[in-house]
Amino acid sequence: MTTARMAPLYEGAEWDFATLQRIHDACADIAVSELGLDLYPNQIEVITAEQMLDAYSSTGMPLFYKHWSFGKHFTQHEAVYRRGLQGLAYEIVINSSPCISFLMEENTATMQALVIAHACMGHNHFFKNNYLFRQWTNAEGILDYLSFARNYVARCEERYGQARVERTLDAAHALMGQGVHRYPGKKKPDLRDEERRERERRAYDEQNFNDLWRTVPGSDTSPAPSGISAERKRALLGLPQENILYFLEKSAPRLEPWQREILRMVRQIAQYFYPQRQTKVMNEGTATYVHYRIMNILHERGGISDGNFMEFLQSHTNVIFQPAYDDPRFSGFNPYALGFAMMRDIERIVTTPEEEDRQWFPEIAGTGDAMAVLRDIWANYRDESFIGQFLSPHLMRQMRMFQIHDDPGVSEGIRIDAIQNERGYRRIRRALARSHDVGWIDPNIEVADVDLTGDRRLILHHHVVNGILLTEADARRVLQHLANLWSYDVILREIDSDGTVLKEKSCSPA
Amino acid sequence: MQIIDRRLNQGNKSLENRQRFLRRAKAHVQRAVREATAGRDIPDILEGGEISIPAGGIDEPQFRPGAGGIRDEVMPGNRTFSEGDVIPRRDGEGGGANSAGDGGEATEDAFRFMLSREEFLDIFLDDLELPDLAKRKLKEVATEGVRRAGYSVSGSPASLAVTRTMRIAMSRRIALGRPAPHEMEALQEELAACEDEGRRAFLEAEIAALAAKMRRIPYIDPIDIRYRRFENRPKPMAQAVMFCLMDVSGSMSEHMKDLAKRFYMLLYIFLTRRYNHVEIVFIRHTDRAEEVDEQTFFYNPATGGTVVSSALEAMRRIIAERYRPQDWNIYAAQASDGDNFPSDNEVAARLLRDEILPVCQYFAYLEVGEAGRDPSARPDSTLWRLYERLRAEGQPLATRKVGARAEIYPVFRDLFQRREAERAGS
Repeated sequence: MTTARMAPLYEGAEWDFATLQRIHDACADIAVSELGLDLYPNQIEVITAEQMLDAYSSTGMPLFYKHWSFGKHFTQHEAVYRRGLQGLAYEIVINSSPCISFLMEENTATMQALVIAHACMGHNHFFKNNYLFRQWTNAEGILDYLSFARNYVARCEERYGQARVERTLDAAHALMGQGVHRYPGKKKPDLRDEERRERERRAYDEQNFNDLWRTVPGSDTSPAPSGISAERKRALLGLPQENILYFLEKSAPRLEPWQREILRMVRQIAQYFYPQRQTKVMNEGTATYVHYRIMNILHERGGISDGNFMEFLQSHTNVIFQPAYDDPRFSGFNPYALGFAMMRDIERIVTTPEEEDRQWFPEIAGTGDAMAVLRDIWANYRDESFIGQFLSPHLMRQMRMFQIHDDPGVSEGIRIDAIQNERGYRRIRRALARSHDVGWIDPNIEVADVDLTGDRRLILHHHVVNGILLTEADARRVLQHLANLWSYDVILREIDSDGTVLKEKSCSPA
Repeated sequence: MQIIDRRLNQGNKSLENRQRFLRRAKAHVQRAVREATAGRDIPDILEGGEISIPAGGIDEPQFRPGAGGIRDEVMPGNRTFSEGDVIPRRDGEGGGANSAGDGGEATEDAFRFMLSREEFLDIFLDDLELPDLAKRKLKEVATEGVRRAGYSVSGSPASLAVTRTMRIAMSRRIALGRPAPHEMEALQEELAACEDEGRRAFLEAEIAALAAKMRRIPYIDPIDIRYRRFENRPKPMAQAVMFCLMDVSGSMSEHMKDLAKRFYMLLYIFLTRRYNHVEIVFIRHTDRAEEVDEQTFFYNPATGGTVVSSALEAMRRIIAERYRPQDWNIYAAQASDGDNFPSDNEVAARLLRDEILPVCQYFAYLEVGEAGRDPSARPDSTLWRLYERLRAEGQPLATRKVGARAEIYPVFRDLFQRREAERAGS
């Protein structure tokens, strides 16, 4: 490593735009030439605390359609912030090209450097290279699409009334978790194209609409209903379908075109955020690892003074703090802590492996080039597979992991299933990986059946795993929303793995 | 890389979303505001503040995994456990911890947030079902009046004082002897009719001289122009005192007191909008009256009979001691369930007619009843009959029976109407 000295990037806590530029250039230089990162162009936006609160309330996006729930989140964050219970995030970064990062004006120069290294380098690289983001999101198109969505919703409100649009959006939001495709489709989503297609669809519909067709006596309204088997009909409808919003958009009998369009928009946005949920540990781990490396290199070369480096270390330590299970602050694994620890551990395995590591990770142990290995991991894994393959016994011992088995049927208490020893490693690793698999965490609900020529009753199945049912009150309300969109009765059956129906709820449109 | 400074962008991007949220949660917010005002002192009513509403009405439902079921979890920090140990459950443990997987949108029982002063007042007034006109009046901020203050020689064209300008121009024209157009016309007619050569020459010279003079002395000169002058002048210090009289004998229920309090609050808001300085005097009475602080007034129980004149007497005494009618606008609001010792009626009537009503701007009598009963169906109480009689005599007195919050407003409307009539008359 070169030890070329550099001039300090800044003095004290003050910064101006020239400082930001210098810091960014220094970070980018290290990121590209030494860590080999591949970045979208960066766009840094300096904002105030209030604007940060604004951004919080609409899931971090700089523009969004109007909806009361964002007002609620804003109000909530504001209340918490005002009472001083919680500081604001130092930054928000958006998976777009150019990659937009919001920096708070209150941050000190060191914090800005940390944030630039974290968001503009770490997250940026991850967004651009991870396969989930490449497959599922369209970084070039997202901002345009959001702006289109906002205008579209505003236009609908003008034409059809705020109340109706709000009802549709409420229902769509309730089903957002069931609005993603979990497996890649035929082609990459292109949000710009999406917007153009929407316009064309509507224009075509309007051009070809002729009310006279309705009055032409039909020869035969339902062509040989008995000719098609029930199985075939289900296949034509694409059943079973786990993307409920998609199913509604395509098949709900009484939705108006604009309502379908709104469902589609909510679905697209849900899909855009889906990769983020699957890569929390990796994404934050990557960004934290990158900022740690960059800040250390900057410090070594004199770009950051000793005092400022201490400030950095303090923030860094807070970020990767992991309380133990019996600590009152404990609320599950901290993705920053787990991700960073794993990245560092992989670096260790690649550069200075022990005998155990060679056994567990023969492909990477001792290969020497940590960055090459990490870049490959960042590109090709998500949390579940990442933990499932790269959580090492060393780290499990270091974090003193153990696995509990909580079965309400056993009245004595909770059993400790595995601890950090030879017998436990694989079980712990499997359990931890599974708890980071959204396919496993999210309830598995799908549209199972519907008879469109009959009573049009929509039947949903929730495949219950380990006896974990849905929360009663919430499920009922979501079902009500669903029934309102579907316009006919809806039934939700919670089915155990052996096929017994544990619970059944039905709901009629209001 | 580019850096963009967004700090100067208009903030409040979430304002509209926030308003939508408040509209959405209106019923809850209204109830919360009602509860908040019930616990507040009257002078604090105008402050905004933190309110808390149940999260139930504004939740965003999702299909979520519930509690229960078999769970396998990995945790950090094992020090003492070994495989196969069984630890007894603690309350509240046993799963649930991992359901906070996505961003901690955990359900809370109550949802707390701040309302600004404007929002708070809006909702408070909404709850009383005030019509918009009245609301606007209550909320209008007292402008430190811009007053006309004579004329000036400079100003903006918009405030040109045409009449004054023309008047000055005319006096200048008269003073300098500018020929009037009809003089000119007369000369020209004479010239047209004149045959005599010498006379014609004289007339022509005369006309030329007049024309020259008219040109020299313009019809309107810049020095004539006047502008209306305005001056920011603070309104003269106006002060008001508000007497709250209440019967606190055992027959007054909490609901009745709450109604009375609401009326006092409304009157207070109204007075603070009209007057720079408002004082409140609380007088409670049973068979004797005493001046108390607000806490005691609303919340301390007292027992005894009911003698209204004791309160009126106390009010008269306090006016005489502290609030000279020349310096103070005196408002009074009395709340009672209508009971009075029959023998006391005449005393009270005399006090009101001779001593109190002459110095009061406004005296409101509020007869409060239990919720749910039609107040007009109640038989008239002794006090009600007394006040009705006084009103029939033409005394400035507003009386009303109320049983529910929304009925408070009509009492108030009397006050507005009286003001309107006065303003129209003056």
